[in-house]
Amino acid sequence: MKQRITESFARAKAEGRGAFVAYLTMGCPTLDASEAAVDALVAGGADVIELGVPFSDPFADGAVIRAAAYRALANGVTLDDVLAAAKRIRARHPDLALVLFTYYNLIFSKGLETFAAAAADAGIDAVLSVDLPLEERDELLSALAPHGLAYVPLIAPNTPIERVVASADGLKDSFLYVITVKGITGARAELPADLTARLDRIRAAVKLPIAAGFGISTRAQADVVSRHADGFVVGSALVKRLGETGRLDGPVLP
Amino acid sequence: MTPKGHYGVYGGQYVAETLMGPLNELAAAYADAKRDPAFQREFDEILHDYVGRESPLTVCRRLSAKLGGATIVLKREDLNHTGAHKVNNTVGQALLARRMGKKRLIAETGAGMHGVATATVAALLGLPCDVYMGAIDVKRQAPNVARMRMLGAKVVAVEEGSATLKDAMNEALRDWVTNCDDTFYVIGTVAGPYPYPEMVRDFQSVIGREARRQCLAKFGRLPDEAIACVGGGSNAMGLFAGFLDDREVKLVGVEAGGRGLATGEHAASINGGRLGVLHGAKTMLLQTDAGNIIDTYSVSAGLDYPGVGPEHCYLHDIGRAEYSVICDDEAIAAFDDLCRYEGIIPALESSHALAEAIKRAPQMGRDKILLVNLSGRGDKDMDNILNYKKSLGDSASLR
Repeated sequence: MKQRITESFARAKAEGRGAFVAYLTMGCPTLDASEAAVDALVAGGADVIELGVPFSDPFADGAVIRAAAYRALANGVTLDDVLAAAKRIRARHPDLALVLFTYYNLIFSKGLETFAAAAADAGIDAVLSVDLPLEERDELLSALAPHGLAYVPLIAPNTPIERVVASADGLKDSFLYVITVKGITGARAELPADLTARLDRIRAAVKLPIAAGFGISTRAQADVVSRHADGFVVGSALVKRLGETGRLDGPVLP
Repeated sequence: MTPKGHYGVYGGQYVAETLMGPLNELAAAYADAKRDPAFQREFDEILHDYVGRESPLTVCRRLSAKLGGATIVLKREDLNHTGAHKVNNTVGQALLARRMGKKRLIAETGAGMHGVATATVAALLGLPCDVYMGAIDVKRQAPNVARMRMLGAKVVAVEEGSATLKDAMNEALRDWVTNCDDTFYVIGTVAGPYPYPEMVRDFQSVIGREARRQCLAKFGRLPDEAIACVGGGSNAMGLFAGFLDDREVKLVGVEAGGRGLATGEHAASINGGRLGVLHGAKTMLLQTDAGNIIDTYSVSAGLDYPGVGPEHCYLHDIGRAEYSVICDDEAIAAFDDLCRYEGIIPALESSHALAEAIKRAPQMGRDKILLVNLSGRGDKDMDNILNYKKSLGDSASLR
């Protein structure tokens, strides 16, 4: 079994940089454009790609990703379409770490067993569900494990450190997605002052790599975060550019 | 970590990680308040002096005689201050918010009744209040929007998605996840993550407790059936809570059938939905095969929600309660009947429960009692009803 997520973070570390985790809402502006954007991101240095599945009720997302989700839904893009795209992406990028980023109802509704088999077949490495806290995640983890799929937990600014440890417990080939701010996804001009200290505490408490996300849109922010985390996530900034221009060529971060 | 707030396979806490802290804080504060006699005393006092409880029980003499079977009895939640059962819950949650030191209330609303009830208690306790409401509902329910603003609340129109109740709840959740340190989210029904379904049921259970006592006092016995409409299901859960242990009392929830289950244009989550996860709970949901949430339809905006409280799904599974469906036309006919036979203008939501009773009464003996929760009054529905009748060319009843 390949450990693509572990290897991606290790590779970035060996190169003395934070791993670049890139999020896209699949299907906006079109599924073809999303797939081409993944190729562009990989060419531009992305280490991990989060494939966002559009959902009708994106209650954890900011305006940019919501608009992208509604646009993708208007294009008729479903979980099955995203998995089909993942399979094509996997064929082109055999070593790329792929995380499926989704609201829980989409995968629960499909049937967790059926979903896990389909995700594994599509070449997905790990699943991240934004509305599945520690208390409720066991049923999904039990379905993912037999198919060799990992799970990526979210850590919030108000998650106590013992809960951080419990969230990481038992997970393999994964990372912790550390949310920088209380709130929803989207670019922020400034990250919270206590963020770096919090990242240091979390990093010291767990063995898994940690990546910071929400609000990161510039190279400068990514560089600051990378001194205190193993990676950084950029989402809304990419989704916005892709939605406006239809492509993600050139330098990936301003 | 132990899962909390599960009713069979339903319920739970399917929320963003950032909300787990605030939910734990809320659950602890509520458990503490529940044990505190001073909190209960203040809650009861406001329900008595301000809401106007207890609400009476009214026997429908002429309507029952016309139907020629069981006697229909109404629990008059329509006579509460603000005109519906919603205020029982908002008083409880607002007192809890103050106890927790929260500085601001937010709420979602569909028809506007919960928004009005939240704006009302916000004014009562001197807390600022933002109410999220789908842009389509803002247009459909203009009088309630005006009432909320008059009471000092800010009404935020939510333009995206289907621009109805579920989108208002999405936006309220986004606000809460951003401002959870000082903001209390007043959820209007027995849905959402734990502890909301339990807490809202407890605050609404005053309906069932009073009704049970009143039935015993008035008739010397319990009703044969207790009937209530179910959107999210708070008035029904409040009524049922009083009779759960009385196995001889049949509990009947009534879902909104809209234009009929077969048309797909309805809001009947238990009868026409599929198990899913939305707004923090595992529950029966109206959704597409791909798992996206479907826009609901009912002539009654207050029942227009694609999910339902998890405890209702559980009561349905174990057979303790049954859930039927009433369509728009049946609800409107029941509305007319109550106006003409009893001089009471009911809310369209409550008219669904009444319609179920009107169906059942003629098939039952005259010694039987059907207790119907008249959850709200119909003033807010005048435009809707007139428009509905115009669309049917029913000019006779418009004269």
